[in-house]
Amino acid sequence: MEILVLLKQTFDTEAKITVKDGHVVDDDVTLVINPYDEYAVEEALKLREAQGGAVTVVSVGTDRVEEALRRALAMGADEAVLVEAPAGADELTVAHALAEWASAKQWDIVLAGNVSVDSGAGQVALRFAEVLGLPHVAAALKLEVGDGKAVVHRDAEGDTEVLEVTLPTLVTAQQGLNEPRYPSVPGIMKAKRKTIARVTPAAPVAAATVVQSVFQAQQNRRNTMIKGSPAEQAQQLVQLLRGEAKVV
Amino acid sequence: MGLNFDLTEEQAAIAKLAREFADEVVAPGAGQRDKTGEFPLELVKQMGKLGFFGIPFSEAYGGMGGDTVSYALAVEEISRADASLGITLAAHCSIGMGPVYYFGTEEQKQKWLPAAARGESLASFGLTEPGAGSDSAGTRTTAVRAGDHYVINGSKSFITNAYYCRYIVCTAVTAPGKGHKGISALIVPNPTEGFSIGPAYEKMGLHASDTRPLYFDNVHVPAENLLGSEGEGFRQFMVTLDGGRISIGAMAVGIAQAALDAALKYAKERVQFGQSISKFQAIQFKLADMAMEVEMARMMVLKAAWLKDQGRPFTREGAMAKLFASEAATRAANQAIQIHGGSGYMEDFPVSRFWRDAKLTEIGEGTSEIQRIVIAKQLGC
Repeated sequence: MEILVLLKQTFDTEAKITVKDGHVVDDDVTLVINPYDEYAVEEALKLREAQGGAVTVVSVGTDRVEEALRRALAMGADEAVLVEAPAGADELTVAHALAEWASAKQWDIVLAGNVSVDSGAGQVALRFAEVLGLPHVAAALKLEVGDGKAVVHRDAEGDTEVLEVTLPTLVTAQQGLNEPRYPSVPGIMKAKRKTIARVTPAAPVAAATVVQSVFQAQQNRRNTMIKGSPAEQAQQLVQLLRGEAKVV
Repeated sequence: MGLNFDLTEEQAAIAKLAREFADEVVAPGAGQRDKTGEFPLELVKQMGKLGFFGIPFSEAYGGMGGDTVSYALAVEEISRADASLGITLAAHCSIGMGPVYYFGTEEQKQKWLPAAARGESLASFGLTEPGAGSDSAGTRTTAVRAGDHYVINGSKSFITNAYYCRYIVCTAVTAPGKGHKGISALIVPNPTEGFSIGPAYEKMGLHASDTRPLYFDNVHVPAENLLGSEGEGFRQFMVTLDGGRISIGAMAVGIAQAALDAALKYAKERVQFGQSISKFQAIQFKLADMAMEVEMARMMVLKAAWLKDQGRPFTREGAMAKLFASEAATRAANQAIQIHGGSGYMEDFPVSRFWRDAKLTEIGEGTSEIQRIVIAKQLGC
């Protein structure tokens, strides 16, 4: 079984985000595999262990992405590919860059994260499937693969929807799909010896969106102290909640 | 290339794995294990599967093909969460597997190392006796050659991982009256008839590590279990302990870092006189000193590890690293308790555990006094 995982490197969820000159600064930030993509890697490894085959991980980005790809290799992935990011790439560009490379090979199943924790657009995986004409199921909580099809239990806003889809297909991972394994020490040592293939998109697709501005989110916390007897305080509070905050 | 403090990609990856595993898996139960003294066999197995127990050993013997720097970083991270588990790892690799790895024949290495490197069983080291510790020449355990066997009689004290070991490398006198030169090292399989493991000691700290006395009553081991030649045991063990000091230093750095982390967190949260106590210089100076000493200790440990990886002499640096890191750990834990005030004296907070655990690093694998003797000797005294 040929399994492909689309992987994005993102900020550590605990990283402090700083905006400078209209750009997010990532110099001193710990970068990790997007947590949802890590579920996809784990699911791919479990599939391979159960059914044989190979797991390939692919990512679009700069040299720094190698670290995330090496971690996926250390977890047990067989091969890793780094597609160089075209200038000014948006989700459309990235999806096409991935699809251009992936179209050269037959995949039985493509796995990806439901969404990335940085931009949170949830676009790339589904666009990738559209470009390659693959059926796709988003937000999987459980995945069973066999007889040329996949049964996917997907998170439908808190309910679970069960779908059957024929292979090849693309499935995105929701939190709860599995518990990603640690990379092992021998895995780390083996990953060191593997070559990460480099690919440059031949015909990059221009971005369809333009970022107008990037700014640091401001949190304005205003405290209002209410005075008076408990009864007066309660009355004032209700007035404020109704009149000012408009929540009751 | 000149001076460069960057870790390689795989050293950083191993340190990161150890950090995540320490925070997510080891730390949650560490306080409880300190109370019950329960040996975390499941954690040891899990660590074995992840490859922690074979980091600095060649893949030819089941090891991971990593280096001493990676190993030291792993010991530091695990010890930061639970020093009991840190010493289990350190003793197993450095002094349990170390002697066989450095001095064993190809057959001995193939026989004893792979299972140990995978963490399927642990390895122990037996030097200390009721009458021999810093003075190894006081060894009373004897090994008498009888045909194709040695017959061992005597006892050993304070042996780490004893209950869970598949073998122990121990010293015994093979030529009485010749002092150091009459001591040899032998591999004793566990179990072996006549070899018994005593009850666990009640210790001041490191409650979740396994420490026991061993007894040898006419224990027959094949002559092929001799490590190297007769009379080399003392030298072999001194070389082994040189390496062991790096791991005890790393363990001490982990405890010191844990003490600093706990003290800093508490100082920021604890409010007295209308502000967090971290705003008072009296507390700031303590924290600054702790941070400085942690940094220095880590540098020294990693430098000794790096020298070892380069195949260069590291006896002096290893002794300095172990001495400084262990005393820094005790000072850091002591100040962490002081910063915590009354809470620090209570077992609800982890800092008293750090202090009890740190003290061992000033004693085990060569006391601070022995380290000073080693350093002075290296200076040419």
